[in-house]
Amino acid sequence: MKTTSLAALALLAFATTAAAESAISVADARAFETAPTAMAGGGFLTITNTGTSADTLIAVLADFPRVELHTTEFEGDIARMVHVDTIPVPAGETVTLEPGGLHVMFMGLQGNPLIAGETIAATLVFEEAGEVPVTFDIVKRDMAGHGHSHNH
Amino acid sequence: MKSVIIGSSAMAVAVGLGVYTWQTTNAATDPCGNTTVAGATIGGPFELVSETGETVTDRDVITKPTLVYFGYTFCPDVCPLDTMRNAIAADILAEQGVDIGTVFISVDPERDTPQVLADFTDNFHADMIGLTGSPEQVRAASQAYKTYYRAVEGDPEFYLVDHSTQTYLMFPETGFATFFRRDTPAEQVAEITACFAGQLT
Repeated sequence: MKTTSLAALALLAFATTAAAESAISVADARAFETAPTAMAGGGFLTITNTGTSADTLIAVLADFPRVELHTTEFEGDIARMVHVDTIPVPAGETVTLEPGGLHVMFMGLQGNPLIAGETIAATLVFEEAGEVPVTFDIVKRDMAGHGHSHNH
Repeated sequence: MKSVIIGSSAMAVAVGLGVYTWQTTNAATDPCGNTTVAGATIGGPFELVSETGETVTDRDVITKPTLVYFGYTFCPDVCPLDTMRNAIAADILAEQGVDIGTVFISVDPERDTPQVLADFTDNFHADMIGLTGSPEQVRAASQAYKTYYRAVEGDPEFYLVDHSTQTYLMFPETGFATFFRRDTPAEQVAEITACFAGQLT
């Protein structure tokens, strides 16, 4: 019985892709500005699954030579950036991609830096919800509201 | 050859862990309220390449109390956070009339050219000094400061680099004063640095 109902659910999800899309919502998508010759930049956002079935982020598409999902792991004071293939988003939960942890890595910026005030158009690809468009706002780095000023 | 390389990096980790354990067991609380490493030889002479392509030594670079960090610019997350923290600490101190320097030493000399480092450091603080060098120069500087780094193999263009994230407080004459972990807030870095600056200069 269990397998049957699961299969039916999966079939339902497959049949109603449009309805499943609404189960994923994204917020606070942002990337930090980079130096003119920077080679990579990080993107951050929160992903909420308001649906009743688990979903998984499997890819991020954007107009860069390479876009990957990464996380930062610490071993004592040593930081390791690790490529992750997917990010699970369980039903009813919010996953936060934030500095010091999970992030989207936009790679191969050479000559095409991230400039504050501009945006990055991207598409999140979920296993169940399919493609979800997202716009990353490029913001200045301003930690803890210190009013740190640039002297350019 | 492969096993030799693995062996040496495992040893680097072992040395790093050894230093870490030793620090935690032998740590003494200094008058400035931060843990110090009594008698540890962290830092020392180095020869690297400046943002303008000139060869410089520690004597040219560390001319005042200086926060020294090892990282790489192809690093969109940890390095910018730590570097920003150090820049903010320098700004806080400047407001208090304490002049300190900030230095970012690349552990990715292959991609971090002087120009790339100049742009990267200018993005955080007008006075921040970026240093790179030959692989041998960078290796020597990293060893002097007991930091660990290793490029992750497998991708010729978009490779990542594992690296230590401590920031060292150095003085021109007396050398190493203390170090800060990455979770130390800018205010605390500034406070402790000001304390050392008051004692050592």
